[in-house]
Amino acid sequence: MDLQVNGKKYTIDIDPQTPILWVLRDHLKLVGTKYGCGIGQCGACTIHFNGTAVRSCSIPVAAAANVAITTIEGLSEKGDHPVQKAWVDLDVPQCGYCQAGQIMTASALLSQNNKPTEEEIKLGMSGNICRCSTYTKINKAVKQASENL
Amino acid sequence: MVMHAKDKNQSRRAFLKTSVVGTGGLMLSFNWLSAQTDTWEGKEVRALENVRLSGHIIINADNSVVIYSQNPEIGQNVKTSMPMIIAEELDVDWNQVSVEQADLDTEKFKRQVAGGSQSIRKSWPVLRKAGATVRALLISAAAEQWGVSAIELRTETGYVIGKSGEKLSYGSLAEAAAKQKIPKKVSLKKAKDFSLIGKSVMNVASREIVTGTAKFGIDTQREGMVYARLLHAPGFGQKLVSFDAKQALQIKGVTEVFEIDNKVAIIADSTWTAIKGGEAIKTIWSKPLTSEDSKVQRKTLLDMVNAKGQNAKVNMGNVEQGFKKADQVLERTYEAPFLPHNCMEPMNFFADVTDEKVELYGPIQTPENQRRAVAKLLKRSEDEISLGISRIGGGFGRRLNGDFVLEAALISNKIRKPVQLIYTREDDMTAGVYRPAVTYKFKAGLTDGKISAYDLSGAGINMRNTVRPGTWPQASVPNFKLESQSLESHVTFGYWRAPTSNFLAFAEQTFVDELAEIAKKDPIQFRLESLKQAIDAPFGKVRYEPLRMIGVLKLVAEKSNWETKKKGLYRGVSAYYSHNTYVAEVVEITIVGGQPKIERVVVATDCGIVVNASGAHNQAMGAVVDGIGHAMYGEMPLENGVPQHRNFDTYKALRNSEAPKVETHFVKSQKAPSGLGEPTLPPAAAAFANAMYAATRKRLYSQPFSEQGVVLQ
Repeated sequence: MDLQVNGKKYTIDIDPQTPILWVLRDHLKLVGTKYGCGIGQCGACTIHFNGTAVRSCSIPVAAAANVAITTIEGLSEKGDHPVQKAWVDLDVPQCGYCQAGQIMTASALLSQNNKPTEEEIKLGMSGNICRCSTYTKINKAVKQASENL
Repeated sequence: MVMHAKDKNQSRRAFLKTSVVGTGGLMLSFNWLSAQTDTWEGKEVRALENVRLSGHIIINADNSVVIYSQNPEIGQNVKTSMPMIIAEELDVDWNQVSVEQADLDTEKFKRQVAGGSQSIRKSWPVLRKAGATVRALLISAAAEQWGVSAIELRTETGYVIGKSGEKLSYGSLAEAAAKQKIPKKVSLKKAKDFSLIGKSVMNVASREIVTGTAKFGIDTQREGMVYARLLHAPGFGQKLVSFDAKQALQIKGVTEVFEIDNKVAIIADSTWTAIKGGEAIKTIWSKPLTSEDSKVQRKTLLDMVNAKGQNAKVNMGNVEQGFKKADQVLERTYEAPFLPHNCMEPMNFFADVTDEKVELYGPIQTPENQRRAVAKLLKRSEDEISLGISRIGGGFGRRLNGDFVLEAALISNKIRKPVQLIYTREDDMTAGVYRPAVTYKFKAGLTDGKISAYDLSGAGINMRNTVRPGTWPQASVPNFKLESQSLESHVTFGYWRAPTSNFLAFAEQTFVDELAEIAKKDPIQFRLESLKQAIDAPFGKVRYEPLRMIGVLKLVAEKSNWETKKKGLYRGVSAYYSHNTYVAEVVEITIVGGQPKIERVVVATDCGIVVNASGAHNQAMGAVVDGIGHAMYGEMPLENGVPQHRNFDTYKALRNSEAPKVETHFVKSQKAPSGLGEPTLPPAAAAFANAMYAATRKRLYSQPFSEQGVVLQ
């Protein structure tokens, strides 16, 4: 089947029930998207599906035909999306493992609501677990990014 | 490398010769190096232009500097803070520096471990001397070139500067520097002259992390590599009887299924096929063990702490007499459940075993131990084994244990292919290596408002020691006893962020809050008086400095405006010493709809010199939220040996909307740095529980709090 990821076309021969996460990681070698729980509970595998944040671990690749997929590798050309810049600027990451998912959730949130309130940010980011507890810094970074969109 | 001392005694002697002299700062004697007739392991010319000056440092001709970070990076930020220490003494501009993760190399480095919050504390003198020695060699090379005395020269951010302002870049001097004699003495900067240490320096991996290019262990992909998954017993203590792999082997991509070490290994051509293969296997295990049940174990632990006179670790004065003479006696029991670590990156490791060599690579906190263990397991020489350290998606103590490294090595040894072993979240959460369940019984007597007798009895599952001799309130109390017992079990033991302290601090610091209340004293004042006793008229010796504990209590009182009461705002305090660091915390809550809303956590820490201000804040803040989150929700109950949570759908982790604001304050200090990855975690739960009591007059005696109806707003 054909896939469109980060603006590139890929043709792959694969069981259509394979979750997109594993197609990205094992077959397309795009390992920036992370595995955390496999059941859509932790948000580590978040990608964009036509601009909307989805859990790539819980969507079979069959559902991705004719969909523009964006992964952390394709969020910006030079790693300079306002969300990425705010993350670096505020020194958000600790272990860093969940952060690709956090950034993909945050960037989708901001594309739908470019001036979120503190409560809207907290709620919007609550599907993503950070085991290092960088939460309050994440929220500050989302706020900062929203001011620099 | 510079600090590679062959003779431990010589090394110690050299260390002891450290002394403060004149105005030049600290002078250090490198006499064990001169004793090695000028040989210096790290002195090798890597290329014509690039000279590797020590195990830690490469200076390139273009004046860029590569610093190798020796310890595993699990999110504690040592990959940034350890090289900062070298860069400070080497006197280079941080912008010149790039950082590389070092592989395990016991010839060049010492203690390549991420554990016990000791990376900075243990390496502080080593890294400083490494930077300073290389700087001295560069000066010496410049002196030779200019035909002047080294004393006339100074350095400035990557240049050696002469008397009349002439300068040479480190890069131009590097090759000559490597040929200089190791100086007998080097001078270290005074803390007041630090220009990099103490600043906020951004995580060196930030850009890679935010662009998805940082490679974690789980991202390892090699030519010819296969994926492996292991099915372990559903319950602790169960043995594999048989398995049927027919269905699994019909899945395209599943190539082999075999038994290994009481587990079933599935080999496949991708992660997903390995996961699916595992689901398709039918296994039969021996009967579950009814004894490995949380309810049964909880009762046994309670019986154990109630049994008297078991394994005293400390016994001073006479506690029984003390209780008889006391004005008031308080007795309380505290219970903690098993906790999984739940690192966001599930356990995984790469192994490639061939006749010639064994290659290991992945996320591990204890690489040296694992190389030794793999050598023993596979009956190979350690010289044949290489171990590379990847970036690590969380440690929290789970990756001190190398069970998954040995598994990967065993599998690759059997199939003789490069293997990436991967745990699913379910495999990870149910595999054990848990923070052990533990029960504490405290009994204390108060005389004239002071603790006059103190008896703590702890019992934990597979815990060698449940108590911490030498810490507060020892030395403040005339009659003092600590007892510890262990209940043997098939449930595997794991160190979990701030081992022992993570629950003991909660129990102790909520118990002390009750004592202060009975003594009709302000809880901070009560602690301060007790600490003063330990200074003025101590009962025996302790291994902490009471004055520094007083310092953080005073700082937290000031920063939280402790003296100023505010209507509707309830506060709890807690203070604890662990990992050589002193921490006091105040949690402020309001009550919304009958439930607590954490308004603010104020943290005062004395960890000596703060190396990286931003990293220090991140660690202190993260550990507080981690402590409150797990006290609120963390629990892994067992039924007949079977862990009752398998994934984040039922295992509740603290979420973004519940994370409190944490204010961090550090005591200004010129003392050598101590631990920071863990010590702000232990006091957090007690400060919260004490605030809860202030608001509700209800005490919390066990975790998780959610089981007792507490819901964070």
